[in-house]
Amino acid sequence: MSSVPSSLNPNDAGGHGDSHDHEHHDTGGNTVFGFWLYLMTDCLLFASFFATYAVLYMNTAGGVSGKDIFELDFVAVETAALLLSSITFGFAMIAAHAQKKALTLTWLGVTFAFGAVFIGMEIYEFHHLIVNGNGPQESAFLTAFFSLVGLHGAHVTAGLIWMTIMIIEVARRGLGSHTVTRLSCLSLFWHFLDIVWICVFTVVYLIGAM
Amino acid sequence: MSFLGKLTIEAVPYHEPIIMVALSVVALLGIALAVYLTKADKWGMLWNDWITSIDHKRLGIMYIILALIMLLRGFADAIMMRTQLAMATNGAEGYLPPEHYDQIFTAHGVIMIIFMAMPFMIGLMNIILPLQVGARDVAFPFLNNLSFWLTAGGAVLINISLGLGEFAKTGWVAYPPLSGLEYSPGVGVDYYIWALQISGLGTLLTAVNFLVTVFKMRAPGMKLMQMPIFTWTCTWANILIAASFPILTAVLAMLTLDRYMDFHFFTNEAGGNSMMYINLFWAWGHPEVYILVLPAFGIFSEIISTFTAKRLFGYKSMVYASGAIAILGFIVWLHHFFTMGSSANVNAFFGIMTMIIAVPTGVKLFNWIFTIYRGRLRITVPVLWTLGFIVTFTIGGMTGVLLAIPGADYVLHNSLFLIAHFHNTIIGGAVFGYLAGFAYWFPKAVGFKLDERWGKASFWCWQIGFLLAFMPLYVLGFLGMTRRLNHTDNPDWNIWLYIAAFGAVVIAFGILFQVIQLVVSFINREALDDTTGDPWNGHTLEWSTASPPQFYNFAKIPHVNDIDTWTDMKEKGEAYQRHEDYEPIHMPKNTPAGIQISASLTVFCFAMIWHIWWLAPIGLIGAIGFFIKRCYTSDVDYYVQPDEIKRIEHEHLKNAPKEVTA
Repeated sequence: MSSVPSSLNPNDAGGHGDSHDHEHHDTGGNTVFGFWLYLMTDCLLFASFFATYAVLYMNTAGGVSGKDIFELDFVAVETAALLLSSITFGFAMIAAHAQKKALTLTWLGVTFAFGAVFIGMEIYEFHHLIVNGNGPQESAFLTAFFSLVGLHGAHVTAGLIWMTIMIIEVARRGLGSHTVTRLSCLSLFWHFLDIVWICVFTVVYLIGAM
Repeated sequence: MSFLGKLTIEAVPYHEPIIMVALSVVALLGIALAVYLTKADKWGMLWNDWITSIDHKRLGIMYIILALIMLLRGFADAIMMRTQLAMATNGAEGYLPPEHYDQIFTAHGVIMIIFMAMPFMIGLMNIILPLQVGARDVAFPFLNNLSFWLTAGGAVLINISLGLGEFAKTGWVAYPPLSGLEYSPGVGVDYYIWALQISGLGTLLTAVNFLVTVFKMRAPGMKLMQMPIFTWTCTWANILIAASFPILTAVLAMLTLDRYMDFHFFTNEAGGNSMMYINLFWAWGHPEVYILVLPAFGIFSEIISTFTAKRLFGYKSMVYASGAIAILGFIVWLHHFFTMGSSANVNAFFGIMTMIIAVPTGVKLFNWIFTIYRGRLRITVPVLWTLGFIVTFTIGGMTGVLLAIPGADYVLHNSLFLIAHFHNTIIGGAVFGYLAGFAYWFPKAVGFKLDERWGKASFWCWQIGFLLAFMPLYVLGFLGMTRRLNHTDNPDWNIWLYIAAFGAVVIAFGILFQVIQLVVSFINREALDDTTGDPWNGHTLEWSTASPPQFYNFAKIPHVNDIDTWTDMKEKGEAYQRHEDYEPIHMPKNTPAGIQISASLTVFCFAMIWHIWWLAPIGLIGAIGFFIKRCYTSDVDYYVQPDEIKRIEHEHLKNAPKEVTA
């Protein structure tokens, strides 16, 4: 998403008497808008998997249903970890906009830790289900469950890899406008995954366990 | 499992003479091209000026070259099918055995939709849209290069399937359970999945890129309701891409999980539901046909208003009609399977929604006709395509309304009537539109006009050939002939099958004449030279640049006051202005990252197709690695200096008309 760097020449904005050039150089805003559009397409990807889950979740093929396998206490902790990571990412962004490098890194580290707890718990849950003979190959319900939750988990994992790279970037290069733009994109991504998880929690776990 | 997964020497179809001849021809052409490039010492030029280029105009040209090559491949499939069906009558078996024939009709559909029509549309949009909105490039030029190479990667995969293994035998929709592992155990469906997946990603990124360009990078003064109509229709198409391609990604991912990991989305066992695939597929597939045709509508609008020297009739209604078509396009998908068990009420809803689409489409048709009314229409090649479209597409639209009646659809579903209908709209609408746009914008992109005589000959062959090839299919549909038959035994059908095959031959001459047209125009390029940059007395900003445009598009970003900005500037005497002082222009540098990422992903897809498990992670990690490397490359831009801009601008203005009147 970072095809034209916006900040290589700090004189850009002022150096040109031509105000028209402004739009061409204001690629930070374009990048965030473009990334937001991409997230909307990602939203439709999730929507497709949600729709499929809604169609298939009754098709347990004589096997377990959501009621049998969902442990709401466990998922509640998992959810809390992810929601807290959204708040801490918010703190990281406040610190980044204030140009406080050490504080930004600290909050990014905390966010990463919460995210890692979430993914660790999800992997544990999947592993637990599979070893008990409730893997995704057993029924259409389990196929849809593993795919929807796993798609979200894959996104969070990608987010964690991205966050690792951003931590290295901030540590090495500081908080230039280019880096802050990237952090803004990651922040959008991370909050988006939070919202998707609230839907997963509601549609899959809460409704399924009732 | 061996080192190369499922890939063995048996995967090469050396016992199939037709394929081996085709492969030999491709190999010979490839060798000839390589020898030429080496002798002329042009490898460096190819790499530096084209492959790594992030210039939207060059990428557009590469998209169109890809589309034209794929048109030849897809047409070869088409003419094989038509000759097979003309020969395999009265119990004869013809020359294509069923397992080969099934691959041909699948490849024909996939290639024509995904690798011919889409790149053609995106290529025209690439060349023209940034110029029309007065931008120096798209919002994300590197991403644009990546999108092209992802599309090309998909095209490479589908063509590899000709010589290694097989292609899907499922039809281009690949419905499960037929496309599931049990009934399609070979690699054909896997080629299908990965080719569509990788090119679909490229298309999605293109849509995001152009939406940001249109919403954020318009020239100052240009309101949304002042955007040229082609830009508007492309924008609606891009909104449709952004909203529908993720569904394709999702459904292909689900089919992949079913085939690779034994999941049960669409299987007959364990509660799978194949109707879910069919719904999701068409929730993408129906918007897809509007993605193809809306930009074509925009092209016709530009051409009609240019060659009548009039403002487009009903600009606003054209924009809103396009929007209505885009939105309605999302709530009609079920008409592709009226016969598959929905209730009468559901069918009625989707039938009525489908018929309503005829209303905004009719608005457009009348707008075009009213634009022509009392105008001085110059009958050029682009105009011929447009007039041909107006007649042909109207027929296709009306048969579509007929098919939208669920009761009638029960009779005609899966018959050749349907085949005739959608070819009538896609060829008569989208393909005619792209060929019109090709002739219209060719001088802008390349610098010289196309030969008119050969262009007209080509048009008439296409138009007459189309009618001969597809009108008989309507009759055959009524006579009860279903699609995807390998051979037939009904004497009543024979004469229509012969006429259809003859029509395909006439279209072949249309294509041949287009090739001749290109060669003749290239030879006569000095006589056909477009020195002013405005060969047709155009209305919109792309005609204010040189032909081909300066690599930075606009030395000074124009200020827009009107829908037909260029006409407005010409009338006010503001066109072709000389300046002595120019500002430096900030430009991105070319990069090999796009082809590196795409090549790695193509390797990943190939490894997945053949179950080469050690290679797949290498390809995937390679792609991610190249992407990260690109993100941390700092040497990505430079400034064009005023001296150079001045030299280029004055060179262009040397040929500008002295007295400018519109």
